[in-house]
Amino acid sequence: MNIILNGERRQVTGPTVADVLAEIGLGTARVATALNGEFLPAGLRSATTLNDGDALEALSSMQGG
Amino acid sequence: MPVFYGRDIASPLMLGTAQYPSPAVLAQAFRASNAGIATVSLRREGGEGQAFHSLIRDLGVTVLPNTAGCHSVKEAVTTAHMAREFFDTPWIKLEVIGDHDTLQPDVVALIEAARILTADGFQVFPYCTEDLSVCGHLLDAGCRVLMPWGAPIGSGRGLNNPYGLRSLRAHFPDVPLVVDAGIGLPSHAAQAMELGYDAVLLNTAVARAGDPVAMARAMALAIEAGQLARKAEPIEARDMAAPSTPLMGMAVLG
Repeated sequence: MNIILNGERRQVTGPTVADVLAEIGLGTARVATALNGEFLPAGLRSATTLNDGDALEALSSMQGG
Repeated sequence: MPVFYGRDIASPLMLGTAQYPSPAVLAQAFRASNAGIATVSLRREGGEGQAFHSLIRDLGVTVLPNTAGCHSVKEAVTTAHMAREFFDTPWIKLEVIGDHDTLQPDVVALIEAARILTADGFQVFPYCTEDLSVCGHLLDAGCRVLMPWGAPIGSGRGLNNPYGLRSLRAHFPDVPLVVDAGIGLPSHAAQAMELGYDAVLLNTAVARAGDPVAMARAMALAIEAGQLARKAEPIEARDMAAPSTPLMGMAVLG
């Protein structure tokens, strides 16, 4: 399926958010996720199935003021 | 020393983590400043986030995540939820920006976001203006810290409205107050402490200085000086001179 991952169109297998994170090399990384603009807690990633066109954000710690 | 939401912080200097020339300089600046709190953000993981997170953890300071760049209540609230999970803290520096040029807070959206987040168990540090009624509404919304700007973020202009900041201090004597943003020089930071503020939050003034480590130390010393001066009860300014050397006993020589 095609999803928007961190703002870029990407073809992924999925079907869950946890599967996609593993697929893109973030399986063990510490990230916070949002799906279609809503916060998606880590505990729900394995149970959340993605659909074509979904927007997934995977964020991490960055510089800030 | 400041107490935020029941937590004692060892230093009144809160330091941002952005714009340093290198991670090593960032770490040295933090050591030189003895800052007790580091502000951080959440951004798209592009590969460097994990190492940055380790760097921040190794600083041994309390982390205050922000919602920098958010322009709506929805964005800020969602970012706060992500930050709470990622950093495992109820603390959030709440920024809801209202204007691109001045980066001044959208205070109406800020109050609404603060209310939503407080109801959800967050401990909110609102980046706000020094407006008394806005600050009153933020307290009503559940904020127990206020962080009025000194000047626009990154401008280095110092305290644009010392009168307003003094008034805010007098109006809310028991609320922890932080001057957040606009500091350019150690003298600005000292002035904030002389006004009776509990802490100063700054970033660009240190990170973009020619020597960030030396500037971090200068800020720490200035903040300590300002804090000492406040406790020492400064004299009131006056218009006319008042000789400090006694006139009594002066010889008649002319």
